[in-house]
Amino acid sequence: MDITQSHSAPTPQALKIAKVQRIQDFLFYVITQFFALSVLIALMGILISLLFNAWPALSTFGPGFFFSLDWDVVKGQFGGLIAIYGTVVTSVIALVIAVPLSFGIALFLTELCPSYLRRPLGTAVELLAAVPSIIYGMFGLFIFAPLFAEYIQPPLAGTLGQIPGFGILFSGAFNGIGILCAGLILAMMILPFIASVMRDVFEIVPPVLKESAYGIGCTTWEVVRNVVLPYTKAGVIGGIMLGLGRALGETMAVTFVIGNAHRLSASLFSPGTSIASTLANEFGEAEAGNHLSSLYALGLALFIITFIVLACAKWMLINMEKKQGLKT
Amino acid sequence: MKFLFKSVLIIGVVTLAHTAFAADMTGAGATFPYPIYAKWAEAYKAKTGSNLNYQSIGSSGGIKQIKAKTVDFGATDNPVKFEDLEKDGMVQFPAIIGGVVPIINVDGIKPGDMKIDGPTLADIFQGIITDWSDKRIAIMNPGLKIPAGPITVVTRADGSGTTAIFTDYLAKTSTLFKDAVGSGASVKWPAATTVGGKGNEGVAANVTRVKNSIGYVEYAYAKKNKMTHITLKNQAGNFVAPDDLTFAAAAAGTDWSKIPGMGTFITNAAGANSWPITGASFILLYKNPENKANAAEVIKFFDFGFKDGKKMAEELDYVPMPDSTTDFIRKNVFTKVVTK
Repeated sequence: MDITQSHSAPTPQALKIAKVQRIQDFLFYVITQFFALSVLIALMGILISLLFNAWPALSTFGPGFFFSLDWDVVKGQFGGLIAIYGTVVTSVIALVIAVPLSFGIALFLTELCPSYLRRPLGTAVELLAAVPSIIYGMFGLFIFAPLFAEYIQPPLAGTLGQIPGFGILFSGAFNGIGILCAGLILAMMILPFIASVMRDVFEIVPPVLKESAYGIGCTTWEVVRNVVLPYTKAGVIGGIMLGLGRALGETMAVTFVIGNAHRLSASLFSPGTSIASTLANEFGEAEAGNHLSSLYALGLALFIITFIVLACAKWMLINMEKKQGLKT
Repeated sequence: MKFLFKSVLIIGVVTLAHTAFAADMTGAGATFPYPIYAKWAEAYKAKTGSNLNYQSIGSSGGIKQIKAKTVDFGATDNPVKFEDLEKDGMVQFPAIIGGVVPIINVDGIKPGDMKIDGPTLADIFQGIITDWSDKRIAIMNPGLKIPAGPITVVTRADGSGTTAIFTDYLAKTSTLFKDAVGSGASVKWPAATTVGGKGNEGVAANVTRVKNSIGYVEYAYAKKNKMTHITLKNQAGNFVAPDDLTFAAAAAGTDWSKIPGMGTFITNAAGANSWPITGASFILLYKNPENKANAAEVIKFFDFGFKDGKKMAEELDYVPMPDSTTDFIRKNVFTKVVTK
């Protein structure tokens, strides 16, 4: 385009094009805004319908619903604590096991792995993430649980179970299935998610940062600890939260191996139940009334737990950034 | 090419015409009678061309669906009370009989070897008896070597008509169980070692896998999977094994015509050979259905099942309804449904 032309008055043709483009831009804005808002509308819709359906139970049992151990369909007494406890504990066990393991996997793949192994190992981790959860459930119930009962639970009870106080976590009958087994299966399920996210974010660390650290004589661990991790912490936490989110809501695999018993027990060996597995088991057969409404209330509890987890993650990230600002 | 097009057209027209004349019944509910309804439906379709679409979503689901009027009939193992039937303008009739069988996994014990009576069974499921070496089990089984071991109780995790029949029996034989647990499609199992499985297959899988466990499944399921069932003491004091003969014996002692709404469990039935945990599966119909043509077809379908479906029922280890009862249903239940 000629420079002198742009200073003179725009031709009618240019005006017309500009007008069309403005309308196009406006339409584009409206459409994308609608797409973005539809997520919000769906979220609000889910929340409102959950609240609406959970209301009969919440108004009958009060806030005590979330702290009550009762779950008796015959007597019509419902409380969510056992399921909430099961959900939280299995997810925590899963995280405690999966996070260090996936950290190691991601670290090895990005920093230490010889290049001929990198591809097959990376693909294997990603394939593990693609296995449907029902497969994990069947594997857990039919293959893992018997081995777990035979070879892992007895030594666990014999060692960790002997520690005074702490040992109660590893006491009880060796059934295989139970809270601990569910936690282990969940760990296996979320491990590939966390590992592949961690690997991806570790890979985006600019080589020049790492190379300069190696250049001044840092060990691999020092490079990871002081260069890679600070650079990627948002991604690492995001990966962990993704895994935690999956663990909290996982239904089929947990239903298979958790034991589905509405009982609170100190031992991790004993069967329990989680929110998702309770919903899966009882929703189809629940009679309208307090039972069905209590199931909705449990769904609401899961919603709230997930929300709290996300909020905590955000808060952690914000805090970290603040601290970082102070250091430099 | 033209020929192909023509034949496709003809086939299309023929199938269209076919579906237009044949009714498409829909039903939903209990999972327990699903195999026999499916078998009957297959035979019925071959005979009349009418199709049955039955969704085995569970008894409570069946009641919900018929109340929402999304299906032509509902099916439930847990009979609806007469007052509720009247209130909703529905009729109910039993369509097929089956049994619930306690199954065990104890080393060295073969199917039918272990003898147990009702109160003892209730105490095991309540967690009062916690070990296979318990004296009360030993007394009933002289000569049988039962290895000691902590009992794991396996129950249904989902609400189920099977649980309703089973707990009804336990509550009838043990007042302790009746007061502490009660009966229903899903109850709060008090035994400390209770493990829940989803569906019959879930219970069966857990019992097979966990040593020293006891659970309960539908008879057809136990038989198909060659599970170790126990021998139960019935009301007459005899130890009986579960099979179609003992189920039929239990059903024979029940006079359905005397019960309003026909809704009853056949548990703890009188009779020397009665299997004590027997139950029927029920069908729910509106007296004044919205889709009258389909309701008429549903009645014809069950009439067909009662008349021509007996052999199919026996092949699948169900017990067909006795003739006296099906006559009663034809005269007193089917006639109440307005189909025109």
